[in-house]
Amino acid sequence: MSDRSVIHDTFAIERTYPASPSRVFAAFASKEAKDTWGDTGGLDEAEPATGPVEFDFRIGGRERFGNVYQGVNYTYDALYYDIVPDERLVYSYEMYADGSRISVSVATIEFAEADDGTTLTWTEQGAYLDGIDGKDAPRLRHGGTSEMLDGLAKYLA
Amino acid sequence: MLERLSQGPASVSELGKPLDMSLAAVLQHVQILEASGLVDSRKLGRTRTCSLRAETLRSAERWISERRTFVERRLDRLGEYLADTADQPGGASPAAPHDPI
Repeated sequence: MSDRSVIHDTFAIERTYPASPSRVFAAFASKEAKDTWGDTGGLDEAEPATGPVEFDFRIGGRERFGNVYQGVNYTYDALYYDIVPDERLVYSYEMYADGSRISVSVATIEFAEADDGTTLTWTEQGAYLDGIDGKDAPRLRHGGTSEMLDGLAKYLA
Repeated sequence: MLERLSQGPASVSELGKPLDMSLAAVLQHVQILEASGLVDSRKLGRTRTCSLRAETLRSAERWISERRTFVERRLDRLGEYLADTADQPGGASPAAPHDPI
């Protein structure tokens, strides 16, 4: 039996912030800002992984970093395709877990002026690969499952 | 018990058979597994049939929902960040140059 599988998924999240589109856009545009709130900032229980770190915010530029979360080394590797200041970002990114490619996604972030600030719409279309459900799944699943089992242990105590 | 259920649904008495446990003790374990979201059970006549919850075990689906939650948490933090930097003239930090190519 083949270990290969692909699952497709799209999700969209909308938020309105009491800030101008240029301020919201700026939060995505510099490493200093993004480190404060973004992927690498404030992730509970995560520790930075060794590996390439890059933040090249321009069309054709890459963004890369990694974290170790619950014993699994996650690596993020993104490429910016479209940057329209104060309006839109389109990038693709790959995620690896302990060296296995687990997803390839396209993220579109739109900033629209609203009466009370800026409405941000984050749409992600992803192909989730066999790294998640295939032969590496038991190892990669370790994180989520151990969390669940910790809950079970607490419940039993 | 979970190993047995990974092969397919089973009744409470089938689950207890290989284990040296009373039916009441098995039922109590099933209830704990149910409460933790690992197992579903439903009563058919006089037997209670247990099965693994597919969505808990299907890691891709878990991963996707975690990814969504992760983005939502990030956007919450973005809101906090924007509030914290609201009184700084010109926004949070100067935007990086966005070179048109």
